[in-house]
Amino acid sequence: MADRIDWVALAIFLFFFALVTVMGFFAARWKSGPVSAHLDEWGLGGRQFGTWITWFLVGGDFYTAYTVIAVPALVYAVGAYGFFALPYTIIVYPFVFAAMPVLWKTAHANGYVTAADVVHGIYNSRSLELAVAITGMVATMPYIALQLIGMGVVIKAMGLTGELPIIAAFIILALYTYSSGLRAPALIAFVKDIMIYIVVLVAVIVVPAKLGGYGAVFSAANDAFAAKGGDTGLILKPSQMLPYATLALGSALAAFMYPHTLTGIFASKSADTIRKNAILLPAYTLLLGLIALLGYMAYAANIKVSSPNDVVPVLFKVLFPSWFAGFAFSAIAIGALVPAAVMSIGAANLFTRNVWKSYIDPGISHAGEAAVAKIASLIVKIGALAFTIFLPTQYALDLQLLGGLWILQTFPALVFGLFTRWFRAEGLLLGWAVGILWGSWTAWSNGLKPLASIDLGGGRYTFYVGLGALILNVAVAAIATGVLSRVSPDRRSVIAPS
Amino acid sequence: MWMLLLVPFVGLLWVPFYNSLEPTLFGFPFFYWYQLAWVPISSLLIWLVYRSRAPDEAP
Repeated sequence: MADRIDWVALAIFLFFFALVTVMGFFAARWKSGPVSAHLDEWGLGGRQFGTWITWFLVGGDFYTAYTVIAVPALVYAVGAYGFFALPYTIIVYPFVFAAMPVLWKTAHANGYVTAADVVHGIYNSRSLELAVAITGMVATMPYIALQLIGMGVVIKAMGLTGELPIIAAFIILALYTYSSGLRAPALIAFVKDIMIYIVVLVAVIVVPAKLGGYGAVFSAANDAFAAKGGDTGLILKPSQMLPYATLALGSALAAFMYPHTLTGIFASKSADTIRKNAILLPAYTLLLGLIALLGYMAYAANIKVSSPNDVVPVLFKVLFPSWFAGFAFSAIAIGALVPAAVMSIGAANLFTRNVWKSYIDPGISHAGEAAVAKIASLIVKIGALAFTIFLPTQYALDLQLLGGLWILQTFPALVFGLFTRWFRAEGLLLGWAVGILWGSWTAWSNGLKPLASIDLGGGRYTFYVGLGALILNVAVAAIATGVLSRVSPDRRSVIAPS
Repeated sequence: MWMLLLVPFVGLLWVPFYNSLEPTLFGFPFFYWYQLAWVPISSLLIWLVYRSRAPDEAP
């Protein structure tokens, strides 16, 4: 990559960064509420976001900046297999439509702020609550680190080197998240998402026009994969089909178990807001599918990069004038701020409600909760920053992979209780532990690959570890619940449905 | 009507059905335009379920 600083791109970048910084601090007064008086205000923006704000907010923190860098990078590297993000982000919405309004109603009726609150409310089990809370916090940290890495890629593309720009950007982010809470990313998400839509729509129209149309783009990619060989190509190898489908399904079930996506759900005004969003949010999936194709456009544009993560920035630098490249890089960098802010808020809410309030200060006031959460959000961000600066990038990627597997194991505890009260807390806790241990051990022993294989009836089946661990988790939870119901039919640990 | 929510799972998780290059559409191989087409189809199916359900009793 060029080492010279691209001043035009940098000036545009600084302009937009300054704009969202002002908006971030101003957000405390937007849809005004007493931000520091109650965790509902700081951590959930006052539980008042309607259909459009929720659409921008969830769209902004589910489809992260890292996605814009990593999905085209994977598609560039391996082809069709990298496209699993598309079925994943389609099938997630029927699930969101069916389950999340029920979750919202439970949370709204009882004033719950986190997934672990809901689990404690349903099962009255402190240990299950803690398991869900810790899983959420641990899974979120590497996810925040990835956003920083995504921001680093575009900052590097503008010719800036060193850690200083990232540190500066992150300190500013930490400060306005501290003062404005969820209102800051919600307001900034408007700017970020509109910028990303502009960038992608221009790219998917202009780039193929310059390169000879989509037919030429696909055929250039096909030639490159034919030369490259291995498990790459425009369609899947037979051995890749089961991994593709299980990765899509497992990721879809995990997506709304993360604290940042759930924060968007809890912050909604009504159950209907969530249903309408399940219909409207797929617009971002269409965008993601087109973003993924940037990986193939790189072949048509004869771009060669040493690290696949550089595909998108180099493509923009080569094909567009500096000012538009600067605009695109700003969109991606701001795109990292929104999810990083929401993730740190989600993790801070978990810490405040399910660790601090449950174990250290049960009598804490509403204002006290907000104060603890604000400080926790700073610590979470500093932790993620230290992570990216002092540890190799690969650690963040590996931990992100394991984080997806871990968060998926909270699915039975959170979702089953919304529809049935049959399961027992002890069984769900055992299932969670078995799922996490088996999944982590399997992923670890396969060199941190997300795939596991089993031999059944002479055939060898390879599938996503997380989904395998979830099936094991549910089986263990069901068996343990069955045994417990026989041993002690009297269930004191469960509150009757409200 | 709620069964409609399962249709996208079948359409997208049965990978052998769409893992092919032909027929192409506007230069897109089948594998790509088929999956992209499921985005609006899924939205439509969820909307149909949304319309058919009884509205919430409480706000």
